[in-house]
Amino acid sequence: MNGKEGFSGMPTGLRLEKRGEVPLYINFLIPVFCIVLALIVCAGFIRILGFEPGAVYLRMLRGGFGSLPSFFETVIKAIPLMLCGLAVAVAYKMLLMNIGAEGQFCVGALAASGVALFWSQALPGWSVIWVMLLASFLAGALWAVLAVLPRAYLGVSEIIVTLMFNYIAILLLDFFVYGPWKDPGGANMPLSAPFAPEALLFKFPGTNINGGLLMALVIAVILYVVFRKTTWGFQLSVIGESCRSAGYAGMNISRNMLITMVISGGISGLAGLTEVAGVVGRLQPGISAGYGYTAIIIAYISRFNPLIILLVSLLFGGMSTGGYGLQILGLPSQIVNMLQGAILLFVLGGEILTRYRVRLVRPEREVQ
Amino acid sequence: MENVWLVSFLSAVIVAATPILYASVGEILSERAGVMNLGLEGVMLLGAVSGYIVVVRTQSLLYAALAVILVGLLIGLLFALLTVTLQANQTVCGLSVTIFGTGLSGFMGKLASSNATPEFFQKIAIPGLSRIPYIGPIVFRQDLLVYSLYVLVALAYFLIYRTRPGMKLRAVGENPNAADYVGINIYRLRYLYVCLGCILTAVGGAYISLAYSPMWIDGMTAGRGWIAIALVVFSGWNPLFAAAGALLFGGIDVLGLRFQAMGVSIPSHFISMLPYISTVLVLIVSTGSFGNKRSRTPKALGTPYDRECR
Repeated sequence: MNGKEGFSGMPTGLRLEKRGEVPLYINFLIPVFCIVLALIVCAGFIRILGFEPGAVYLRMLRGGFGSLPSFFETVIKAIPLMLCGLAVAVAYKMLLMNIGAEGQFCVGALAASGVALFWSQALPGWSVIWVMLLASFLAGALWAVLAVLPRAYLGVSEIIVTLMFNYIAILLLDFFVYGPWKDPGGANMPLSAPFAPEALLFKFPGTNINGGLLMALVIAVILYVVFRKTTWGFQLSVIGESCRSAGYAGMNISRNMLITMVISGGISGLAGLTEVAGVVGRLQPGISAGYGYTAIIIAYISRFNPLIILLVSLLFGGMSTGGYGLQILGLPSQIVNMLQGAILLFVLGGEILTRYRVRLVRPEREVQ
Repeated sequence: MENVWLVSFLSAVIVAATPILYASVGEILSERAGVMNLGLEGVMLLGAVSGYIVVVRTQSLLYAALAVILVGLLIGLLFALLTVTLQANQTVCGLSVTIFGTGLSGFMGKLASSNATPEFFQKIAIPGLSRIPYIGPIVFRQDLLVYSLYVLVALAYFLIYRTRPGMKLRAVGENPNAADYVGINIYRLRYLYVCLGCILTAVGGAYISLAYSPMWIDGMTAGRGWIAIALVVFSGWNPLFAAAGALLFGGIDVLGLRFQAMGVSIPSHFISMLPYISTVLVLIVSTGSFGNKRSRTPKALGTPYDRECR
């Protein structure tokens, strides 16, 4: 460095420096900044395809949050996202990637529908919904455990197995709706018979919002406490951080994996229940609409914090609700997927900024 | 009559294996360099839709191929920027590429509404070779993309195991620290192979919309990208074994369709499950640690390289 550096005040390069302590506001600001950036880039795509991005976003915002009914609609959309997001977060606590929430959702919906369709009469009225609850939890849990058994005992990647199980679950659901469970009284459509009233979740008075919301809130709080305050929650994060040290400390890794997946899959299964018994009122194909995948984005953006997952789910629910309004403009609803994927990509890319600080570097002169 | 059935069956198997194998070979190159790209499904969809749009608009397969390569390159650059330069989590990045690709391709698909039947890759019989009994009609009466795949698999195998660049590639995936010490540019090679992998994957996707079934439907890859990823693990990161595996999956795929056509009494939904169930089984058998096998996974797979942390 010599005295002449003042001549060229222009920075010529960017350099990354490791941060020590990460201030709290950074952890919050950077994701928000990344989301805005993602929206700007997607605006480019929307423009290229011949639409007015400003109008599109405004319409989405109004469709999702503009009025009380549309906000209720957003909450309804957010319920399965919240539950699946929590499910993904539980598994990720010990670094298990549960890509299978989608399939666990489907078998949960399937099990709940089975109970609703065939046992509504046989069981006492008050108990039907509780049996459905149990059935959907167990079905989701079973599906998740089956998919993670090879990982727990043979070290096979759970990512691909849980994902393959999604396709199998969706086909299984289709088989039942197109085949044995098709409504005999219906117009040969692939729909089950509508559920009896006692097989439906209660709704909050004055709204269409179903009891699944309560479920999501309770589970989120429980998980928050379990993660923060219990030995078991601590064990999970130790296993997540380092399998080897957890093993030395005498923790049973395989068993913890299975327990985690029981909870994770069970919660996804419950999400399936809320959709059939809270929203649709019958079983139909395509019941999940990709909730399980969106949930992964939500969980990651929320950094697997159960309470933040609830908020981000609302945001994403609003995007979906707003997306329906766009179809009137002649835009495909796939735009919502595009936005959500882009948001995650940017948040991921922005993550380095929480670990590093960007410094502008002035030209350094070589000593001649 | 039996022979005709067998020939048409095996020829269909090759066609069904082609898109999966393109993606698998691409992913093998990328993973050999230490970068796991779980976004294959999204990349394939984007390749399929962009190829289809260009063909509908220009009626030129050459332009379509160029567009597909360009799209693959762009996604590759994006993915490498995120995972190599910005050191983001590869698993989650891959997933978001899949979700983003599914969304964007569905969105772009609206541009592809066509009135005319578009051009597509026709079968070309190779003179002479296609006369060989059995092998000729099965192997040498395919389209251009299948022929280039034959060459590609051989080239990839040769590159990885028999050349200096291949040795560098393996070094980057196995032990980037050591590779860096001997002067190999880790970042540059990872960019190169990630981009190459994405281009091949995009071509595999385009094969579906330009040859396999010339049209565009939302999500038409139907999980082939994921099967390709499983196949990479199954093959032990070896292109030749990947080819064998792709034929196996292609066989299951076609067999399912034939069963349905013949009216076998198993419900079609269960037949459609076959590829996914067999993927799981194959994965368990090929990667499960039954106590005796050494893992063939590239050692640095999935870990971003950070010079400061050497």
